[in-house]
Amino acid sequence: MAIDLERRLKKKPRRRVSVVGIIGELFITAGVVVLMFLGWQVWLGNLIDGNAQKDESVALSQTWNKGQSPEVAPAGRPDPGPPVVGTAPENAVQFGNIIIPRFGADYIRPIREGIGVEDVLNVGVGHYPGTSMPGAVGNSAFAAHRTGHGSPFFDIEKIAVGDHIFVETEAGWYQYSMRSLEYVQPTGVGVLAPVPQVAGATPTDRILTLTSCNPVFTASERIILYALYDTWYPRASGAPAEIAALVAGETS
Amino acid sequence: MYGALWRVLPGPWWVRLLLVLALVAAIVAALVFWVFPFVDQFVTPQDVTVEEP
Repeated sequence: MAIDLERRLKKKPRRRVSVVGIIGELFITAGVVVLMFLGWQVWLGNLIDGNAQKDESVALSQTWNKGQSPEVAPAGRPDPGPPVVGTAPENAVQFGNIIIPRFGADYIRPIREGIGVEDVLNVGVGHYPGTSMPGAVGNSAFAAHRTGHGSPFFDIEKIAVGDHIFVETEAGWYQYSMRSLEYVQPTGVGVLAPVPQVAGATPTDRILTLTSCNPVFTASERIILYALYDTWYPRASGAPAEIAALVAGETS
Repeated sequence: MYGALWRVLPGPWWVRLLLVLALVAAIVAALVFWVFPFVDQFVTPQDVTVEEP
């Protein structure tokens, strides 16, 4: 009897589930989920999507290399002549890769024809239909997300003047050098002209134009990057030394 | 709510802990692979192209 009473006294009172308690826990849970979403948005999601895009690019590159590691083009290689230019494929078909060493030694992303959100931009970089193909005289223009879906152009403003940007197609690698940035309204289609912002002019240069949203995490403006053609590397005579390990699939 | 969940789960404390961890992992996976991508299309700007007005 005495022992029983003692046990009853020691036994903790059963906690009642209160409405306020449940609401509080729901709020805490919601806060944690929102924080997780932010972490996913700026980090984890881009890591997952970016890696998938990179794997896709390297796989296409290796198909074109027939499974072999491409040779490294020697420093004193002969003039490769005017670049071989491909033709634009059907909408949403991958026809190349973009490689930007400034974004890291493992940065390579797929290029598809078109600028559809679902079928192109959410899975890589899009080539504006009707603009020149890479390597051609005129303006070869591309768009990609700055935030989300792998954020291919997240650091676009960090590309410095003179930095190399490579576009890979089946023919080989086209090397461009960063020239300048420009900020325009979302309707500023002059940046896509064969001579950017000069309507009706006849182009003589080979220009690469990248567009993305600005300011970062918003879309009230567009950030534009222009690069000028330097040279090209035909696939048969070896990859540029700067990116040879990447296109051979040797970077992790 | 979470206290009630802990009391409902069977077994000794380490079994309950494993169950809770498995549950949390499943919920996080569902969030990351389905819920977050779905919500993202409404909160993140999708416009990266220049287009005719």
